[in-house]
Amino acid sequence: MIQLTDVFYRYPNGFEALRSVSLRIERGEFVAVMGENGAGKTTMVKLFNGLLKPTLGTVTVDGARTTELSVAQLSRKVGLVFQNPDHQLFSETVQEEVSFALRNLGFDETTAQKRTAWALSLLDIERYAKTSPFALSGGERKRVALASVLVFDPDYLILDEPTIGQDYAQKERLRQFVVQLNQQGKAVVIVTHDVEFVAQCRPRVVLMSHGRIIADQRAEEVLASEELISQASLVMPQIARLFSLLTDLDFPRNVLDEYEAKQLILDFRRRHGHASAA
Amino acid sequence: MPIIELEGLVYSYAGSEQRALDNVSFSVEKGEFILLTGPSGCGKTTLCRCLNGLVPHFYGGEVKGKAMVSGHDVFSTPIHEMARHVGFVFQNPENQLFALSVERDVAFGLENLGVPRDEIRERVDWALAQVDMQALRLAAPYELSGGQQQRVAIASVLAMQPEVLVLDEPTSFLDPASALRVLELLRKLNVELSLTILLVEHRLDMASVYSTRVVVMNEGKIALDGLPRSVLSLDEPRMYGVGVPKVVRLFNLLRGEGLSVGHVALTAIEAAEALRRGPLTG
Amino acid sequence: MLQLLEGFRFRRRDSVIHRLDPRVKALYAIAVLIAAVLYFELSIMVTICLIQVPLVLLAGIRREWLRSLRGAAFFAAFILVMNLVSGYFYSGIGFTAETIAFALSMTLRFLALMMAFSLFFLTTAPDDLALALEKFRVPHDFTFAFTSAIRFVPELAREVSSIMDAQKSRGLELERGSFTTRIRNYLPILVPMFVRSFERSLELAEAMEARAYGASERRTSLYELTLRRADILALALITVTLTISVYARYFLQLPQLTLPFTG
Repeated sequence: MIQLTDVFYRYPNGFEALRSVSLRIERGEFVAVMGENGAGKTTMVKLFNGLLKPTLGTVTVDGARTTELSVAQLSRKVGLVFQNPDHQLFSETVQEEVSFALRNLGFDETTAQKRTAWALSLLDIERYAKTSPFALSGGERKRVALASVLVFDPDYLILDEPTIGQDYAQKERLRQFVVQLNQQGKAVVIVTHDVEFVAQCRPRVVLMSHGRIIADQRAEEVLASEELISQASLVMPQIARLFSLLTDLDFPRNVLDEYEAKQLILDFRRRHGHASAA
Repeated sequence: MPIIELEGLVYSYAGSEQRALDNVSFSVEKGEFILLTGPSGCGKTTLCRCLNGLVPHFYGGEVKGKAMVSGHDVFSTPIHEMARHVGFVFQNPENQLFALSVERDVAFGLENLGVPRDEIRERVDWALAQVDMQALRLAAPYELSGGQQQRVAIASVLAMQPEVLVLDEPTSFLDPASALRVLELLRKLNVELSLTILLVEHRLDMASVYSTRVVVMNEGKIALDGLPRSVLSLDEPRMYGVGVPKVVRLFNLLRGEGLSVGHVALTAIEAAEALRRGPLTG
Repeated sequence: MLQLLEGFRFRRRDSVIHRLDPRVKALYAIAVLIAAVLYFELSIMVTICLIQVPLVLLAGIRREWLRSLRGAAFFAAFILVMNLVSGYFYSGIGFTAETIAFALSMTLRFLALMMAFSLFFLTTAPDDLALALEKFRVPHDFTFAFTSAIRFVPELAREVSSIMDAQKSRGLELERGSFTTRIRNYLPILVPMFVRSFERSLELAEAMEARAYGASERRTSLYELTLRRADILALALITVTLTISVYARYFLQLPQLTLPFTG
């Protein structure tokens, strides 16, 4: 469990990025951290693996305070994948790039090789094992970055803005992948402002604004609330917005899915005695 | 005469076997607002680069076919000459702002063109007013948010008074509220200044309603080209990996159940109206 | 060390000094340099230092300026000690009033120069500096490279920080290990930095082309450096003071402390 208790964080230049943040993420959960740019989302997740230590308050991972452990030690449990793969690629081959973390964390050679092969196949990039990471396309590089964190099998996986610049098909593949990882027992935390992506995933949503958590509920509740959405400078997912405009007809608000929407409309017609074909 | 006319474009980047553009023909009339979309690697960015000469002058390689923009033959015109007619806004807000203040950035293009000082001042003031950034005219780029930076980038390009504005995924790094503001600005420029706009975007749920025409590319070819409501309600865009707005999906599903909804809605508001007029009342 | 550099970073502020033409301020710094090098008397050094204080106050940059002085303290102490030590040995008779005065004087010379140049950089916008350079016929390509470099320093800093975060999150430890290990550990930081810088310059070049860079040989500019009344006055003042200093040095007899080496 990752626990934040009344955490404050102030940057060296004086900017207070987090104010009185309390949060608990259990093993195996699926969480989306959302909010406008500058809300404190990335700052907060950097506290999870000790990159930042709280100015006030405590952060614990599985009981241990992050102030007492190094980032390397915390990384064994908390894997953080950053937004821009170009901020980490440096090796001659993809294989070396992916196994980098294992070498740092003290894994022996045989285990490292096995794990690297496993991570490469998991992300479907085995054919690039001996290729230079710099020769790959943007989407492929993102997969290399993801593999290089999954390779040390962290219990908690955090993805910082994984959907930026991705087309719809790539986002769908990512979504399925992440759901699969979650089902296998990993806690997955996604930092994003992509409301449609979150609407598809339906995780628990932690909504932040100006350094505070302003909501911590299921996706259906947060994304369908006009008040919360506008506070966080987001937009409602289309289906939710549609139903927010139809509440006078007794439609529920918390609808995110087009299939659910279709069903509700058909049910409405049946209830009001319309034939199913116009 | 169309303001953009591309005929039989074939192009591969230097050192690559693959065709980035595979026999692309495309024409645009003045005042259109084109939404160009498609899966990663489909050629949309390459097509944009053919409009101001970055292909082939900056990227090298050999291009075949013809490209006429604002009456100029792009391939035989230097980029700096095309820059007077085609304004290009890039995806990353930071790497297209050069100066230490907003004002100087907006003036940059005009300074390059050797425009006299008084005229530079006038045009800078006008461009800043168009994007509503006058208050921050002396701010440094790193003091601005992503959305503000993109508006400055748009102003810098506007100041050169091009006829065509090309934007390559300008909202990628912006949060939804800022993205909307940029799209609204583009609509205003399109309507008030008759600026022809070519916008490359993935976020169709937000952008499609602003466009007058949607072009879907795939594997270097133009796969679909037509009115937004026609193109997006087809099955093909989804097959190419294009993220069609959810309300369009919904109406397709309803149609599958035998319900005709008539008007194709692109936004939640349009969808609500269409439902009220149709399926929800009889 | 970083504090030292802070004393040279431009702060946007509105003051008489800020509004002066960069060429005038450059001349000022050079004049201080000349005066400081012409003399070695303690009394003169003290004067040169004190003269600058009102200028600092006028420019409203007291805090940053003090910070840079604090940063320079290490170097100043070093100079003081070196001069005391060499004076002690060369004079053959140990510490005298002259050796101590000389050592102090050299220290103050360093500080006086630091103050003058710090004042210049703190009150001159890089853009204006570039304009001044252009007036001296430095080609635009160079001045543009100069301002671009400055403009991207905050970005570069942020990127390095990001890169370090990403690599630390993969177990890289930068503070541990032997000397050679530590050097090797910086490779995963340097490679992405270089790659990113390269990519960035390509993106910039592309954007510059798209904004007609190189369109015209006769590039115009939004701003023009013109000498105003305050500038002319300052120029006059500086020139007069400098002339007097040079004249005084060579043609007048001033109360001097004897040089330690000739004692």
